[in-house]
Parts: sequence; structure tokens; C-alpha cells
Amino acid sequence: MTTSTVTRVRRQLPSSPWLFAAPGLLITGVFILYPFVSTVVNAFTDRRTLVPGKFVGLANFRELLHDDMFWIGLRNSALYVVCVVPALVVLPLLLALLVRKNIPGITFFRSAFYTPVVASIVVVGLIWVWLLDERGLVNSLLETVGVGRVGFLSDQWLLLFSAMAVTVWKGLGYYMIIYLAALANVPRELHEAASVDGAGAIRRFLTVTVPAVRSTMVLVAALSSVAAFKVFSEVYLMAGPSGGPAGEDTTLVMLVQRTGTGLTGRVGYASAISLVVFVVTVALMLLVLRADRRDES
Amino acid sequence: MSVLQKARPVSRTEAPREPRVTDEHGRRIRVGELVVRYVLLLAVLALTVGPFLWQLSTSLKGPTEDIFSSPPTFLPGHPTLHNYERVADTIPVWDYALNSLKVAAANVVTNCVGSALAGYALARLRYRGRRVATLVFILAMLVPVEGIIIAQFTTMRELGLNNTLIGVVLPGCVGAMNVLLMRNAFRNLPYEIEEAAYVDGANVWQRFLRVALPSVRGTVAVVAIFAFMGAWDDFLWPLIVLSDPSKFTLTIGLNYLHGTFANDERLVAAGTVIAVAPLIALFACLQRYFFRGVGEGAVKG
Repeated sequence: MTTSTVTRVRRQLPSSPWLFAAPGLLITGVFILYPFVSTVVNAFTDRRTLVPGKFVGLANFRELLHDDMFWIGLRNSALYVVCVVPALVVLPLLLALLVRKNIPGITFFRSAFYTPVVASIVVVGLIWVWLLDERGLVNSLLETVGVGRVGFLSDQWLLLFSAMAVTVWKGLGYYMIIYLAALANVPRELHEAASVDGAGAIRRFLTVTVPAVRSTMVLVAALSSVAAFKVFSEVYLMAGPSGGPAGEDTTLVMLVQRTGTGLTGRVGYASAISLVVFVVTVALMLLVLRADRRDES
Repeated sequence: MSVLQKARPVSRTEAPREPRVTDEHGRRIRVGELVVRYVLLLAVLALTVGPFLWQLSTSLKGPTEDIFSSPPTFLPGHPTLHNYERVADTIPVWDYALNSLKVAAANVVTNCVGSALAGYALARLRYRGRRVATLVFILAMLVPVEGIIIAQFTTMRELGLNNTLIGVVLPGCVGAMNVLLMRNAFRNLPYEIEEAAYVDGANVWQRFLRVALPSVRGTVAVVAIFAFMGAWDDFLWPLIVLSDPSKFTLTIGLNYLHGTFANDERLVAAGTVIAVAPLIALFACLQRYFFRGVGEGAVKG
């Protein structure tokens, strides 16, 4: 190695590769990997924002088991995955099929459908808070057609489902683009062969399109389930910092934020909840990928 | 060639049925199908873009105009910018926008520079420990930020940087995913061009700056756009790290506006329009890179 460097026309400084990688490694080490290790360690201490804390073993986790708020958070985050993921796997695929053909003006529609992805989640949250308001647009429309006003943002369950709808609304365009790329690789001959065999549109969708984009559906399921379990902003904005009526709409990450920040923040306990978030996230990924492998065999 | 020749006669047999609009394969689309498609497209358009337009319309409605009417009035009777003046009187919205701009600009610069350098080191330079360095970035990409956010907050406190804009930028300033994106871009470059520069006596910095970097401009643009959007739109981290209202970014300021003046819908609407307009403008100009970023991020992420 050294002899070859000597023979080079101009010698490369031996330290330069590390110089190149240094900023990235430093930032990643200090702000991602160290906090990760520190989260794991803190989860077994009673550390607070201003108090260093000491080792308490599994006390935080034992407390979790008896913490109603933790179970509410876990329920809501899990429910979020169960409801949002199927919608985000199927709807963007249908949307991609709709915008796939190059008919006049289609690039405008593709871009327009992507707009919610570009907007900040805070903007999106506030737009829907106003739309779903007791006196907002959705309710005026509902009243006009004679359904009457619905308390989307005051009922515990309606609030949660409204937040889910907003998550789906914001995610549609993103996954649509992913599906569009996948659909471009589906051989057209398959569709033609199916039409020749007399298969209708729905049948062709199920027997040709779905199998062809199956691996993309798995990818979307993995990405969206991880994102859904970590949901924070939509629910925070729509239900408020305390998580709706009696905190019943709190999600796990909201609980982490509420417990662990501020001057009296219980860093140790919040870290224990964070660890649960982390473990479930990894488990969800593995579950989706395993389901994929089983399907294949 | 032979495929094309075979395909021709088939399309010719269809030609007499008057093809009007064709799809990407040159196949004819029936009028009925076309009508259904446009109706569906317009319906989805109303659903996805409608809410933004309603927000814009609300922000332009004057204080005397009824914004709660049923049936709703979609267009403001007397459009006015009054609400934009009022939102600036209520919260320092332009200062917040400036803070957001600072954070986003810093995030763009650090991500482009940091991830290009690190990506080049991972892709091109030969040294011991390269695989470990790659693994560090892959592991970092897999760690969910929400799971370590409290520890990031305590780390920032230890560094004395909480409640500063630098503290907002730092944790994401060289994203692991961007590093890996750049690494892949550099790896896809043919070795030959750099070898030529090497023979001409260019050292590693010159090869990086003059040869490799200009060849991956597209990926740098993707990194820049997503860094800007990520920083401008971020909510959870600035919410945790910033406590002093004078340091707020636009998203945190909007949350504050919403929490404090929740009943004044026109005001909140004006605030959200201010926050979303720059990004929609950016998106309108640089769509190509937005879409490309989705593809690259999803495949590699």
C-alpha cells in the first residue's frame, strides 16, 4: 500500500480519506449513535432533565406496565398502523394506475397530487383542523346536504380517525410516485395476454398488476407502517398537546415528547418508552419483510 | 428491430377505428375511458388541492365576510391582504420565516458538502475501515429519530446548544441517507474519467472537485431539495429544542399561533399560506428532482 502511494504521480495525503468522511462520521456519531446508546442506558435510570439519575434496573418498564397512558399510547399507535397502512398500500396504487397513461395534462395532475407531500405537516394539520372544524367547510357541506354537523375534532375516536385520514391524504402522492416507477417496469405483454384471455379490468388488476408490483407493495407497507407507528404531528396538532379528551388520543411519540422534555422532564422514563417505540418499529419492519418472503415461497 | 416490425401490423389493424388519444405505448384510448379518467382525475384534484385553495380563500376574506356560511362561499367577496398584515402584528411571522430560511439554508449547505465528502470517501477512496464507516451510516439510517429524540435533546443541553438555531440544524446536518445516496452516485461513475485526471497529476481534492462532483450534480440537487424541505417542514425536533419564542421557526410559530388564536381562522389561514407558498413555488420549479428523490430514497432506504 505504501509503496504504491510513493510511486503515484502526486502523493495522496494518507489522512485525506478520513478527512473526507470526518464531518459525516462526527455528526452521525454525536447526534445519532451516541443518543441511541444513551437512550438505551437512560431507560434503566431515573434520570431527569436537571438530575443525573441512577441505575434503577427494570423499574421504568415495570412502571410502564401499570401506566394507563402508556397503554393508551400503544393502542393508538398500533391502531394507526392497522388503519393507515392498508390505505397507503392500496390507494396510491390505484392513483398511480389513474395517472399512468400519458393523456393530455397528466403531468399537471401528477404534480398536483404530490402537493400535500411538499407541504409541512403543520400546515397540513392546520388546514384540516379548519376544514373539520365544527363550523368548517366539511360541516357546512354536510349540513347543506342534510346530514347535519359532525364533531370530528371533539369526539375521541372521530379525532383519531380524522388524523389517520390526514396522514393518508398527505402520503398518497409520495407512494403514488413510488408505484409509478414500479408500474413502468410491468411488461405490457402480460396485460395484453390477460385481455386476450378475456379478463376484465378488475381481474387484470388482481392477476397481473398486483403480482407484478408486489415487492413495491411490501416496500410501501414497510415504510408506511414504521412511519404510522411513530405518528406525532398530525395528532398533536388536531387533538392538541394533551392528546384530545382526557388524553385518549395520545400516541406513543406524543407521550415521549410530553414525558421527557421541559425542565422537569423524566428522561429515564421517556427513554424506556422510546425503547418500546424502537423495538416495535424494528419488529414491524421484520414482520413485513418476513411476510414478503413467505408469500414468495 | 424485429420486435418493432412484428408489432406494426397489429397496430395497423387497430388504426381504422380512429385513434384519438394514445397512451405511452402508442395504443389508442377509447373516448368513454378517457371521460371516466378525467372525471376521476378532477375528483382527486379537488380532494388534494382543494384544501389548499380553501385555506387561501379563507385568508383573503375580510373581517366582515362570513367564513362559516352554509352553504359555503368558495370565493372571497372582497379579497383583501388585511389578514397578512394582522398575522404579522400578532406574531413576528417574518422573523420566524427568516429563522426557517436560515435553518433550511444551513441544512442544505451542510448536507450537500458533508454527504458529498463522506459519500466520495465511501465510494472511491481506499483505506482501512471503509466498511466500518459505511456500516456506521447504514446503522444511523435505520435508527428512528423519534426513538432517540429525548437523548438528542439532553445531548444538545450538554453542549449548551438547546434553544439555538444551531441546535435545530445540527442533528440532521449530514443525513446518513444523503451520505449513502451520494456514495451510490459516485460508485456509478465510470472509473476511467478519474483515472485520466489521475494520470494528468490531479490530486484527490482536484479529482473530487473538478471531476467527480460535477458528474453527480443531479444527486446533489436531490440532496439539496430534500434537505431544504426537511428543515423547512420539520416540527417535532424544533418543538423540543426551542423554547424561546424569538427563536421559533415558522412551523413552531404557526403551532403557537394556532394554540393562542385558535378562534381566528383567517389569521391562521394567512399564516399557513405564508409557510406553504415558498415550498409550492420551489416544487413547481424543480418537480423533476422532487420525483427523482422519492425514487432514489425509497429504493435505497
